[in-house]
Amino acid sequence: MSNLIASTAPKARKLTPEEIHDIEHEKTHYPYAQAVGLEALKIVQKYQGWVSDESLLAVADYLELPPDELEGVATFFNMIFRRPVGKNVILLCDSVACWMLGCDGLKAHITKRLGIEYGQTTADNLFTLIPVPCLGACDKAPVMMIGNDTHRNLTPATIDALIDACQARG
Amino acid sequence: MAKITVDGKVFDVDPNNNLLEEILSNQQDLPYFCWHPSMGSVGSCRQCAMIEYANDDDQRGRQIMACMTSPRDGARYSIDKAAQFRAQAIESIMTSHPHDCPVCEEGGECHLQDMTVMSGHTYRRYDGKKSTHTNQDLGPFIGHEMNRCITCYRCVRYYKDYAGGTDFGPQASHNHTYFGRFQDGALESEFSGNLAEVCPTGVFTDKVFSKHYARKWDLQSSPSVCAACGVGCNINPGERYGTLRRVVNRLNDQVNGYFLCDKGRFGTGYVNSSERLRVNMVRSAHDGRPTEISPTEAKSRLLALKGKAIGIGSPRASLEANFALRQLVGKENFYAGVSEVEFGLLSQIVEIYKSRPVQAASIRDIELCDAVVVLGEDVTNTAARIALALRQSVKNLGRELAAKMKLPQWHDAAIRNLAQGRKSPLYIIGPAASRLDDIAKQVYIASPADTARIGFAIAHALDSTAPAVTDLSAAEQSLVASIATDLKGAKKPLVVSGTSLLEPALLQAAANIATACSGAPGPGRIVLTAPEVNSLGLMLLMDGSQNSLGKAMQSGARAAIVLENDLYRRAPAATIGRFLSGLEQLAVLDHLQNRTGEAANLVLAAGTFAETSGTFVNYEGRAQHFYATFKPAPEIRSSAKWLCDTEFGAEPRIHVLTGGAAALLPNGYKLQKLTPGADWNFAGARAPRQHHRYSGRTALRAHLNVHEPKQEQDEDGIMNYSMEGVPPLKDSTIFSSPWAPGWNSNQSVFKFQKHTGGELLQSGHGELLLDVPAADKTWFAAVIQKPVVEGFALFPLYHLFGSEELTARSEAIQAKATGAYVALNPADVERLGLAASDGVQVQHNGAVPYLARASIAPGTVGVPVGLSGLNFQDLVTPGLALNKASNWQNPKDWRASNIIVSDAGSTTAYGRGVQGR
Repeated sequence: MSNLIASTAPKARKLTPEEIHDIEHEKTHYPYAQAVGLEALKIVQKYQGWVSDESLLAVADYLELPPDELEGVATFFNMIFRRPVGKNVILLCDSVACWMLGCDGLKAHITKRLGIEYGQTTADNLFTLIPVPCLGACDKAPVMMIGNDTHRNLTPATIDALIDACQARG
Repeated sequence: MAKITVDGKVFDVDPNNNLLEEILSNQQDLPYFCWHPSMGSVGSCRQCAMIEYANDDDQRGRQIMACMTSPRDGARYSIDKAAQFRAQAIESIMTSHPHDCPVCEEGGECHLQDMTVMSGHTYRRYDGKKSTHTNQDLGPFIGHEMNRCITCYRCVRYYKDYAGGTDFGPQASHNHTYFGRFQDGALESEFSGNLAEVCPTGVFTDKVFSKHYARKWDLQSSPSVCAACGVGCNINPGERYGTLRRVVNRLNDQVNGYFLCDKGRFGTGYVNSSERLRVNMVRSAHDGRPTEISPTEAKSRLLALKGKAIGIGSPRASLEANFALRQLVGKENFYAGVSEVEFGLLSQIVEIYKSRPVQAASIRDIELCDAVVVLGEDVTNTAARIALALRQSVKNLGRELAAKMKLPQWHDAAIRNLAQGRKSPLYIIGPAASRLDDIAKQVYIASPADTARIGFAIAHALDSTAPAVTDLSAAEQSLVASIATDLKGAKKPLVVSGTSLLEPALLQAAANIATACSGAPGPGRIVLTAPEVNSLGLMLLMDGSQNSLGKAMQSGARAAIVLENDLYRRAPAATIGRFLSGLEQLAVLDHLQNRTGEAANLVLAAGTFAETSGTFVNYEGRAQHFYATFKPAPEIRSSAKWLCDTEFGAEPRIHVLTGGAAALLPNGYKLQKLTPGADWNFAGARAPRQHHRYSGRTALRAHLNVHEPKQEQDEDGIMNYSMEGVPPLKDSTIFSSPWAPGWNSNQSVFKFQKHTGGELLQSGHGELLLDVPAADKTWFAAVIQKPVVEGFALFPLYHLFGSEELTARSEAIQAKATGAYVALNPADVERLGLAASDGVQVQHNGAVPYLARASIAPGTVGVPVGLSGLNFQDLVTPGLALNKASNWQNPKDWRASNIIVSDAGSTTAYGRGVQGR
């Protein structure tokens, strides 16, 4: 994209030294810049929580990729967040095994407790609720993840306890 | 060749092509979306499913995608047996399609409509929610309606993979898949208009056409040739209610193939312009008010100048118009209406073609070349279709690698994956970064004179009998060695140059390289771009005469006839002003009001390419006939007809003039092959310009008069301004808008090709007038006059949108153009003490904004040609003094955002290996 295009459009921010360090490390693993694109987006998300337009442009600039190409990668993967998410991202599995064992009821419970639907974030910015198709733990359904932790054999009571713990951490 | 059986019918097929292509070439109907003859196969849409049987006993077979299958000799296939699968596939593709055909511009020429009907999906069972999308503003050329998308990915494969665009792509996945830009904004590719034809449905549409839309079958159209540059792409203009509505591609497999540039597609608005000359006028004095006169009086006043006036021809007027003027004023009084410098350059090109063992490469030839050196010509801006062809040439390495791996040549995704960005070599040497730098092996920034020196050195490195260049720098020596190695190692080396830098040594250096490349495999391949649509035709018509515009001004003539030419674009304004004010009689024939016309005593309204018929000769020396698309108001006539004296009859048919011009041209007899003959008919019927479904014929003029008028007559023959007649389905010389039963879209063109993707039935290539001479290798001396420059050394910069005279006066082009400016190296910007908002005072000219471009060598300045605010012709010295302009405010027409260059601004541009001297 020409540097002269679109003056009101978002501009690239500066990547932090940590982000640059991690991206440089990933670059050593791949022969082409395109291949680093996804990892770089994950790195930015790790530090920023999500990938803003400014972050995406920064990564595109840094890797010398067209932003349009990087946007294709960012939007292809559901777990690259192109909108802000809460501190705790709840990934509730709604695949077959979880559905048979009552994930719909669990979703209703979370919605009632936190006041958010799928794709929404609580006003205190603590929780975002997102459905996932399978977490690979069907033998212990229903299952969900909060952050990087998987929680199995869920009931409304265990969910309440998990939410309480998150709220206590603030 | 292989033999296959399809549903009991036996076909001869080429096993090197994919089965879909071969099925279509055998005139069978098989639906498809993602496949395109220019782009190969990826197998994503699942529409061309067929059944392949293992042997004669196999009753069940297995399902295959025809586009992803090489036909097997002796094999048995079925189209019919996969019908149910295809119907299911399209049913799922169509679940989110809005079915808005009545309000969709694609309706009636929609590949999706055709394929849906062909696949038998006639009843919609899905009653779920459709996914919907937000559309983007993609700029003045292309409309966006994502809800119609069926995710065939053709747009991306064209825009990114074929045309090299970077500002567009697919986003998200499954039923959210979206095709667009990162943000709203004008598409940057100079070839974005092809999206409207590539998209099988109405996602991408022609926005200029939208403003005065008509259905395909309501457009009157004719086979025509784009008049916007020297390439001569074949086009199919469409007219309704007396205005030109749109331009679409017309296949010529040797010239434009399936694609046009945006200037050609969107640059014809001037035909409908309010600045058109629509009446004929006289003025008693130079500055007097014009009075309207009748066409009859206008013609008699024009012919009264015979014997008194000199004639100034035009590189943008047809052969016939120039010839008629030459006949009227006499050979010795006929002058080529091009600048002194340009006359020299064009003469040089003609000399090269006539005396060197070189062949001008067609667009198709360029696509097949596997090593290219570009000497100083920014083809993206001067002959854009050539730039698109060069983008294909660098893919030949991938194809070669694929052949070694025994991968079929149609296997697009596999070949790209195999190549991993490896490209055939392309070298670009010139005074500034260009839009092709991203595919170049090396870009070298050098002044026009130095570019020529390097060119001569390359020729010497290829053939030691060619004159050597002694004073090369170390960097230049290694560049020359690298280029020579790659050209030597190539099967089809090519050199590209042209007239735009106004440097004859460049043409000579290119000729030396092509000569050095000539030999065993045939003549050397060369592209020398010509500035205007008929530049070469005009030069050939000069028939050795040295009558340039300068000579016309020295002739002492008291009267002149100027044919379709604004002389102020050809020489310094003061010189032209002196010449015109010294004339007692000045007659001007043109399409639009301009400064030359304002000085005329007699102004005649001349028809544009869309309203007249004639012949243009392109940069290769290829003569092509264009048919008038519609009949203009009676006051407007073709220049050729205005200028005809009684020698040919007062109103001769066009072929009489073509025949007259032919007598002056090399191989002129070939011109008669361009049409099927003026008296062509089938059972007394001519070829219709209107579709057989043309509607409202009896009602079109009912608001004026309820009596249906007689159909307009075309005295030139061959075609009718009517829906009656015999559609020229076989003879491509009079073939305009393709249509076949069940195939309403432009995809139907395969029905008229000898083989899908290739030549049209009964040719339609135009005729090459220049034979390759059986000449020995002779060399131009490597003598380059280095101008002594005081101040900044200037070089011309061309803009695809804005530099060409006529297209620049079309609204759509103006939306993508900018006013004049100068381009400088950032160091010079600093040296001149320019702040961001400052302007630059240009010697011999006004003050203009500036643009800092990192690739431009310090001490040089790029000066745009033809943009308003700066007269390039007035910059007579090779050096320019530049100063900071005082009290400066950027003019309204300064739109820097329309200048798409990789090296502007302060930050580094990505992916461009630009090297400076």
